[in-house]
Amino acid sequence: MTSIKKLTRRSFVLGSAGAGLSLGLRLPLGISDAQAQTGFTDEINAWVVVRPDEQVIIRIARSEMGQGTLTGLAQLVAEELECDWQHVTTEYPTPGTSLERGRIWQSFATGGSRGIRESHDYVRQGGATAREMLRSAAASAWDVPASECSIARGVITHAASKRSTTYGQVANAAAQLDVPADVPLKDPADWTVAGQPLKRLDTADKVVGKQIYGADVILPGMLNAAIRQCPVFGGTVASIDETPIKSMPGVKKVVTLENKTVAVIADYWWQAKTAVEALNITWDEGEHAGVTSASIAEFVAAGLEADTAFVGNQNGDAPAALDTAARTVEATYSYPYQHHATMEPMNATARWTEDRCEVWCPTQNGESALAAAAKSADLPPQQCEVYKMHLGGGFGRRGTSHDYVHQAVQIARHMPGVPVKLLWTREEDMTHGVYHPVTQCKLSAGFDADGKVTALRARISGQSILAGVMPQRLKGGADMVTFQCFMPGGDHSIAYSFPNLLVEHAMRNPHVPPGFWRGVNANQNVVYMECFIDELAHTAGRDPLEFRLEFMGEHPRNVAVLKAVAERIGWDTPPAPGVFRGLAQCTAFASHIAACAEVSVTDGELKIHRIVAATDCGYAVNPQQIEAQIEGSFVYGLSAMLYGECTVKDGRIEQKNFDTYPVMRMADMPEVESIVMPSGGFWGGVGEPTIAVAAPAVLNALFAATGKRIRELPLRHHNLSAA
Amino acid sequence: MPKLNVNGNAVEVEADSATPLLWVLREQLALTGTKYGCGIAQCGACTVLLNGAAVRSCVLPLAAVSETDEVITIEGLSSDGSHPLQAAWVELDVPQCGYCQTGMIMAAAALLAEKPKPSDEDIDAAMTNICRCGTYRRVRAGIHRAAGTTA
Repeated sequence: MTSIKKLTRRSFVLGSAGAGLSLGLRLPLGISDAQAQTGFTDEINAWVVVRPDEQVIIRIARSEMGQGTLTGLAQLVAEELECDWQHVTTEYPTPGTSLERGRIWQSFATGGSRGIRESHDYVRQGGATAREMLRSAAASAWDVPASECSIARGVITHAASKRSTTYGQVANAAAQLDVPADVPLKDPADWTVAGQPLKRLDTADKVVGKQIYGADVILPGMLNAAIRQCPVFGGTVASIDETPIKSMPGVKKVVTLENKTVAVIADYWWQAKTAVEALNITWDEGEHAGVTSASIAEFVAAGLEADTAFVGNQNGDAPAALDTAARTVEATYSYPYQHHATMEPMNATARWTEDRCEVWCPTQNGESALAAAAKSADLPPQQCEVYKMHLGGGFGRRGTSHDYVHQAVQIARHMPGVPVKLLWTREEDMTHGVYHPVTQCKLSAGFDADGKVTALRARISGQSILAGVMPQRLKGGADMVTFQCFMPGGDHSIAYSFPNLLVEHAMRNPHVPPGFWRGVNANQNVVYMECFIDELAHTAGRDPLEFRLEFMGEHPRNVAVLKAVAERIGWDTPPAPGVFRGLAQCTAFASHIAACAEVSVTDGELKIHRIVAATDCGYAVNPQQIEAQIEGSFVYGLSAMLYGECTVKDGRIEQKNFDTYPVMRMADMPEVESIVMPSGGFWGGVGEPTIAVAAPAVLNALFAATGKRIRELPLRHHNLSAA
Repeated sequence: MPKLNVNGNAVEVEADSATPLLWVLREQLALTGTKYGCGIAQCGACTVLLNGAAVRSCVLPLAAVSETDEVITIEGLSSDGSHPLQAAWVELDVPQCGYCQTGMIMAAAALLAEKPKPSDEDIDAAMTNICRCGTYRRVRAGIHRAAGTTA
């Protein structure tokens, strides 16, 4: 018998909300509805459930937020399981159940493009062991050796005796068996389900409005809450005048959270939102009320010349080589604060009693959300549960910062036993994010008398994400994540070799809270590196492709992707009249990426005609979804380049909504051609890395078109008209 | 109590006449397929059809909608997800996170009702909804597929 504790079967039927149409929304609590109806034991192992009707339920611990991980992970399990893909559905195990079962699903973290590359081995093992248990169950029933039983698409056959059965028929017997130790995994070359451009499993509900996101949760008897937080980060509530809302309908309570957030609880959210905005709140704005974007820029700029800095990568003696160089080139770049701007604002629904707390929320890390719930509930995690909802965008905002979960639980504690849904307004969301950090970078390069590059030095100054969100991961005070794409090796290796190299970071942390933001520090670091190397190529009067390749001999996969985009765009032949090209390449999130953009500038207006992008992610689990991620990465990366900037005035973020924080729309969207070229032997991420090449490829093309080198983003502040 | 005609059903709701239609749909009628994104008619996640035209319901007060106006939400676009746009969206795997997609589909439905064979320029002009995952290319392809046109 397996010693693994079986899941309990539960489901929860929601009633209709308020008056009007009677709708019975059904909200699974991490467990399939079908199971709830029978109480049948059909969990083969932690990852695989097989129903008597042949339905295969694959458990996914990571979060689906649009990136397709739900489908990709299911493909990996199904590949080893050898089930019929047509019968596959998925479900989320809950973090509380995982805790109860000794973290049997391991990490729930969904960030850093790690969903698949960090879990492919054990999820495939889950599929493989389940397959062998099903095979053993059939063999035992027939009293034949398991080795004589073959499997295809969920059908088990004993050819010698001409007998066959199905997964559904032996599932209950298989579920009683011990989970075998390591079962050999397939060679990816033999994959038939993984590696295929299969359709996503989560599309149907999304096109008819049935997909339930966190913001859509409706529970019986639920109340709603809206909040205002001190507009200046770090400020507190001085006083609240409730007079203006005395006669407002539906209002139940006004509560203050940790002396920095004011919440109104009401029957409906619109009532709560109207009331909280009508309150007269006086804030004690604290010590940062005078901070501005200019003061932050000055503070960060000082780090460019500071005597000490953390070293991220070093070979040879770059300062000495620069001192003796025949010619030096120097440039300083900067990158602004940016907001994630998920389409679904922050939200969480909580129900709290003295001995139990439950939370329904969109989260990129169910376990972190559970820890946040437990802390704010003042209960052990064993008495708490988190039900993960689909995310209306994540992009890093809902991974490490569960401020909205803390708040929802604190609010629910004022209404014991009553579920309360907290939903932030877009304005709260925009002004209380965890922002893409600000940095500046001073780059210097030396040429010898023959025009060869002898040294490169990059001094980054600015904000550390780790210092803000997980200081325990600093190493001797240094934030090594700051050096993404400048590292000596690994997932974020610099993809050039220079005779002398020095990359440093002077940490300067303003009061604006930073966070992981899709692409993280690769985004600005690749702008710095790829635009600067383009500057060097032009300084040397060399072709930007040929110039790059000269330093890429030790990075053959980067050479391959770069050459692939050059070939596809037709680098050897001139572009159409008035059209100009730019290149960029990098290694990020363990994948090798390159892009070439074609742009034109007419009367100061940039038009991006065409982008070709190549990705070598090692193994491609779903090429069609990788293409979708590449396309989406250009929207995210080019939105940031064209428009993305949060400015600070009086200690607060000035942008409050999409009218002042513009993003790309349909008419801005260039044609994107994706080249997915997995070379095998490693697992690279796909959700983020392409973002890093989006901006520099376009900026380099823009330089080719105008002669203007843009070193400060976003682009909308620059006049592109001919001088 | 205010009366509305939503997806062909006559309904009564309990809400102040200043309440935006979006919140009446979501909170009173539990029609949560219509999304809140910005509240200021910028993003289009709340798009519904009002007498066939795409409107951003987050800024449309209940007072501006009478019981003779026909409101269609994503839940009422088809009974079974078979509207040509919904079929095209499934065929092309358009959604990523999906949060903006119901509004996208409703905006596209209004466009096709007015221009059954839209050009790319028509699509650019009509489809101003925001998608942060970056599905624009597939949204465009989905509209063309539903319309039987090519880009």
